Amino acid sequence: MEQKPSLLQKLASAQYILWSLIFIIAPLILVVYYAFTDAQGQFTLANIQQLSSYSGIFLRSIGYGLVATVICLLLSYPFAYILSQSGAKRQSTMILLVMLPMWMNFLLRTYSWMTILEDTGLINTFLGFFGVGPLHMINTGGAVILGMVYNFIPYMILPLYSVMSKLDKSLIEAAQDLGASRLAVVRKVIFPLSVPGVVSGITMVFVPCVSTFYISQKLGGGTFSLIGDIIEMQFQTAYNYNLGAALSLVLMVLILICMAVMNRFADQDSGAMVI
Amino acid sequence: MKKLVAFLFAFLLAASMAVPAFAADASDLEGTTINVYNWGEYISDGSEGSLDVNAEFTKRTGIKVNYNNYDTNENMYAKLKSEGVSYDIVIPSDYMIQRMIEEDMLQKIDFSNIPNYKYIDEKYKGLYFDPNDEYSVPYNVGMVGLIYNTKMVTQAPTSWSVMWDEQYQGKILMFDNPRDAFGIAQKLLGQSFNTTAEADWKAAADKLKEQKPILQGYVMDDIFRKMENGEAAIAPYYAGDFITMHDNNPDLAFVYPQEGVNIFVDSICIPKNAQNKAAAEAYINFLLEPDIAVANANYLGYASPNTAVLSHADYELKDNEYLYPTAAQTPETEYFYNLPQETLNLMTNLWSELKASQSGDAEAEQAAGSIWLYVGIGVVVVAIAGVIIYKTVQKKKRDFADAED
Repeated sequence: MEQKPSLLQKLASAQYILWSLIFIIAPLILVVYYAFTDAQGQFTLANIQQLSSYSGIFLRSIGYGLVATVICLLLSYPFAYILSQSGAKRQSTMILLVMLPMWMNFLLRTYSWMTILEDTGLINTFLGFFGVGPLHMINTGGAVILGMVYNFIPYMILPLYSVMSKLDKSLIEAAQDLGASRLAVVRKVIFPLSVPGVVSGITMVFVPCVSTFYISQKLGGGTFSLIGDIIEMQFQTAYNYNLGAALSLVLMVLILICMAVMNRFADQDSGAMVI
Repeated sequence: MKKLVAFLFAFLLAASMAVPAFAADASDLEGTTINVYNWGEYISDGSEGSLDVNAEFTKRTGIKVNYNNYDTNENMYAKLKSEGVSYDIVIPSDYMIQRMIEEDMLQKIDFSNIPNYKYIDEKYKGLYFDPNDEYSVPYNVGMVGLIYNTKMVTQAPTSWSVMWDEQYQGKILMFDNPRDAFGIAQKLLGQSFNTTAEADWKAAADKLKEQKPILQGYVMDDIFRKMENGEAAIAPYYAGDFITMHDNNPDLAFVYPQEGVNIFVDSICIPKNAQNKAAAEAYINFLLEPDIAVANANYLGYASPNTAVLSHADYELKDNEYLYPTAAQTPETEYFYNLPQETLNLMTNLWSELKASQSGDAEAEQAAGSIWLYVGIGVVVVAIAGVIIYKTVQKKKRDFADAED
């Protein structure tokens, strides 16, 4: 039988509820309100109708986000596995190294990539000594994706690592005893057990990638606009809060759909998970 | 870091102490605080041996200065408009002052508290945004021009059209804000900056679209670094900033294109909700003091509207031909006016269209890339859908089998 929460418990949780009401629910309501009104506060659907002209940018943002997420996953998965299998001391050192760049501000890290990739930047100066180049790297789609992968890869590694380090070794041994090949062990045991980590890693990388604006401005030279750039512009220079809110709302819905799809994977009976 | 913490503490402390607004006598102002909201890098701050203007003010008057920065007129406007803050001093540009006066966000300045106003050049009095000189005191004036690297651009340009010249493909930078970027196209097309005709703005947008494929990028403050280290060859920017860049890279040169350029005046104003108006007026008067104005003018490199600066022995940029061009060298100039909201919306829509568009070579280059992108998205979506359907079917089968048992 469930006990009714005591007054103390209610009071203890009230502050968190209040916090989320003020800082999560209220802003969301404001976004919805602005999205469906015009500058005079009258109800309108014009903002939403205008969005069709931005569909190309939405698609591009999602595409870039997907590419960056897949690259992050491919790089992180083996790394997280190797990490989880190594000695305790090495593990903590490696985790420290993964976290280390995150202690520095994200804007600074992106800014420094700009000086690395430029035509007169570090890499091209170095290549110049050998008479190679200059290779054109900055202001390309590749540079934007590189920036995304670099900035968000820790968010992929950490959840994968935390799932894999808790992996029950006896299950792997059992599979081997029963004659499973190495590939079969990975496919039927390790991967299915790591699905929760994969799912949370993908969400944690995909969402910021799709909505980023600083990376595309600095590494794309302002010529590769993503949806985040357009939203930022509506608020910062256009004073058009309504269109900005409508864009944000659609972006939120798209991300929610993506997350719902991802969660379907997590909900599956993981034992039968095969790709 | 320590500095930052100290600053934060100072800010909190100042925020928690309510400052009386009725202080009138100068001696009463001692110990009070004013909140100053200014552009970044827009005051002599004691670095590189310059005078720390804010510290000097506190030393002379005993009034503490709480100093904050913004990076665009629009950001400053949005922050003041939100009314969550109160500043005693802001320094917006002309068209923004016009807008703020129209929206009743500024208050009249009591000029009897600002005797140093006599130093302001007559040229900069009665400007369009404040015709009766009630709300603003000019701080800096400037013009936009074209900066180029003489090593890369051999023939000295005289027209904005060089920014459309294909031989400099990938070496041209453009303003990353719609007003300034459109302004350049507008002058090339012989339009006014302040046109409200839709056709004019569309023509200017087409002109910018034409330029996009040969641009290296749309940037603002990065122009400094990219021009100084030779990453780019051509960029439009403010004359005052060119002087800073030229100090770091002598290969750079500057020209006012013949089609005409934007002239701007940044003026000191007092917002409506200022808490300490008397101290704010003391601050304005202090900024106009000849020695302070000279320190600022030397440090910032912008042209000064203060006549005392030009005749001051310590002023280093007195004869600078870019800041103070002779009548013959002076280009056609035009101020930005505040645009009606309708035109602003049109401008931003055209601008975001431009930023989103892929034109010319870039289009061809990217079309190949984007086909793969779309194929990739398609494959991923189909794969996900397939897996989900497969799973659901499997699960149903299993449930069915379980039920059979």
